[in-house]
Amino acid sequence: MGIEEIILDKPGKKMFLLGNEAVVRGFIEGGGRIAATYPGTPSSEIGNTLFKVAREAGIYFEFSTNEKVALEVAHAASVSGLRSIVFMKHVGLNVAADSFMSTAYTGVRGGFIVLSADDPSMYSSQNEQDNRTYARFSKIPLLEPRNPDEIRRMVKYAFEISEKHKIPVMIRTTTRISHMRGIVEFGPIDKKRDKGYFEKNPGQFVPVPQNARRLHKELIEKQKGIREESEKSPFNFVLKSENGKFGAITSSAASNYLIDVVRKYNLPIDILSIGFSHPLPENLIKDFIKNYDVVFVVEELEPLMENDIILIKEKYGIKTKIIGKDGDIFTPLYEYNPDRVRKFLFKHLNIEDDKKSPQVEDIPLPSRPPVLCPGCPHRATYFSVNKVLRKYHKKDTIFPSDIGCYTLGIQPPFNTADMILSMGASVGLANGFSKATDQPVVAFIGDSTFFHAGIPALINAQHNKNHFVLFVLDNQTTAMTGHQPHPGIPVDGLGRKAPKVSIEEIAKGIGIDFVKVVDPYNLKETQKVFDEALKHEGVSVIVARRECSLLRDARMRKEGKWITYEINQDKCTQCRICVDQFACPAIFIDEDGKVKIDEVLCDGCGVCADVCPFNAIEVRK
Amino acid sequence: MRDAFNIVISGVGGQGILKLSKIIGESALFEGKNVVMSEVHGMAQRGGVVISEMRIGDVNSPLVEEGDADLIIALEPSEAFRVIGKTGGKTWFVINTEKVVPFTVSLGISSYPDVDKLIENIKRVSKNVVVFNGVELSKKAGSLISLNMVMLGAVSTLPIFPLKEDTLVKVMEESFKGDALKVNKLAFNFGKEEAKQRGG
Repeated sequence: MGIEEIILDKPGKKMFLLGNEAVVRGFIEGGGRIAATYPGTPSSEIGNTLFKVAREAGIYFEFSTNEKVALEVAHAASVSGLRSIVFMKHVGLNVAADSFMSTAYTGVRGGFIVLSADDPSMYSSQNEQDNRTYARFSKIPLLEPRNPDEIRRMVKYAFEISEKHKIPVMIRTTTRISHMRGIVEFGPIDKKRDKGYFEKNPGQFVPVPQNARRLHKELIEKQKGIREESEKSPFNFVLKSENGKFGAITSSAASNYLIDVVRKYNLPIDILSIGFSHPLPENLIKDFIKNYDVVFVVEELEPLMENDIILIKEKYGIKTKIIGKDGDIFTPLYEYNPDRVRKFLFKHLNIEDDKKSPQVEDIPLPSRPPVLCPGCPHRATYFSVNKVLRKYHKKDTIFPSDIGCYTLGIQPPFNTADMILSMGASVGLANGFSKATDQPVVAFIGDSTFFHAGIPALINAQHNKNHFVLFVLDNQTTAMTGHQPHPGIPVDGLGRKAPKVSIEEIAKGIGIDFVKVVDPYNLKETQKVFDEALKHEGVSVIVARRECSLLRDARMRKEGKWITYEINQDKCTQCRICVDQFACPAIFIDEDGKVKIDEVLCDGCGVCADVCPFNAIEVRK
Repeated sequence: MRDAFNIVISGVGGQGILKLSKIIGESALFEGKNVVMSEVHGMAQRGGVVISEMRIGDVNSPLVEEGDADLIIALEPSEAFRVIGKTGGKTWFVINTEKVVPFTVSLGISSYPDVDKLIENIKRVSKNVVVFNGVELSKKAGSLISLNMVMLGAVSTLPIFPLKEDTLVKVMEESFKGDALKVNKLAFNFGKEEAKQRGG
């Protein structure tokens, strides 16, 4: 069952889809025409799916340079009358926030969805911000799906709400929803819309102060109608238990855990599950909570519903006790799960939890932090950087780094990530460190990240005469999120041939006089160029360009050109430079103390053969 | 109360855990059963721990409660032990014994435990443990990356496993093409025979 089948107009057909794939199905069914994103986990597979099917489905899709641009692309489509979506990971909305806040004022014509994929527990993120706050901040409706089929239905519903109330609608998923797979049953496809037409209306679309003052008032006036929508939304529903002595209000992934735990242990709890969670259905909540002495609030991260429910309770003088974040089991930290929900309910219902941990010895397991892949060109660059800096005893070199696979340089033995804030921040930070200290500054940024937000900071560096080396680690793809194209490679979001934008020409165009391109696999050349860059006054840019090894591996496997390396034990002196300084995951020390290369993991890049001072690493015969 | 058949699949990024989970899930769909699953994508895939949780039955949460796993499929021995908290008295294990040693061990910042000791501890909590070197079998099938289908073949023989072998094979046929299909079917059969010999 190929994902291409997701575009079929076969109502009733069922597929086992990822939440992110279900977004695309909902978009197709809802007659969506324009979609834009900047890839970011846990939202990435929405874009990957569109990349495969958009053309065939008659959708325009792009990987924009960053989330702000993506939001602007999708919003322009909306005000031209087309249904559109912009999607991103939670921190991406911070980038897009400037324009996003204004879209609530300008409103929409075609349905406009802003999808934010949050990351409780921070599986792939630098923070755990709860983007439901953004819906409250901007005063737009918020939908929180619980599973892939609900995502499909909610995308269509969001278009309707958006058009009816002329307002952007936010859909907020979390990692567990985006990366949940479940059965999705297809509905019919709406094929009405085609090309948009932008009818001018400066009073609506140009929020200069005199218009903005009126638009803000209109936005506030829209709230009442949206709240009525929430009151009757099919995504807010009550599940009664046999003997419902208690109430519980929940949303999103937590709703799944709560429903299962209540059913499994036959707990006397009635559940109000909220899918339309801003504005909250005030009457529905009022009428629900007044039935119980105690109502639990089961929501991940911030106590947003909880606080609103307490306000509703006070407003109507209801005596019900609300228990949400109890500071013990439920806190604003990390995602919930069925165990956490069970423990919370058992604690507050005074039920003894008789689950026992398995009786096994406490055996320490090896730590497996994510690591640069075998053959990764970044490893070669980091090896060279450390080698040159060791020569000069520059231990206090500052390494501002950025968001991408190369962030993994934080791991020993490289230790090449001293500070990270957000996309593009390595260059901004390098500006500051260059002014604030006399330490050498060597910053790293990826190719996609350079386009995303690195360029303005590089212009700043040149203009303000800062002094640092910037490595653009150009692996010709957006690797970490699953190999999406970007402006530096000649493919667009629909898989068509596209003009390529040159990183080195941008750097030269800014006026930087030291701009070199190296192949990181060529260790000697990389080290020579880096050495020169260190001595260069001002900003120097080194583009370390070599295709991501995962892409190369996939191609080589297909072509059947697969070699691996091994260690000639007769020549190996056990110096362990390949282990201690290069640290390829394919190289390991065997139980007999000998250094060996794992045949499964080795991808045959051969860089370790150049790292070895004794020529002991050879092609496996 | 058993409300669903709960599967936990553990291993290391790159071992094909997502593909394995997806084939099981699509097989459940094919047999008209409800199935929900939670996957790991993104940063952890780069050599990190990968755990898929899957529940076949009328349930909402894709995450398996502590002690509730009916089946643990471990593509790596230490990763079998990492999910031991999901085990209760009824859990079956299918474990590949070939280690994937992370670089942290080579650098001396963590250690890899004795595999026999791991298995012995797992056998303390479960009577039903099928252990074999799946990597050897995948080599024999023609590709080291067919380990996931070796494991699936082994799982298909378990008396508790709720899906039919025919369904699994049919979904495999839809998921792989050409040489890859040949290799993976071979791997599946090797896994199946191995598990049968070991009393799966």
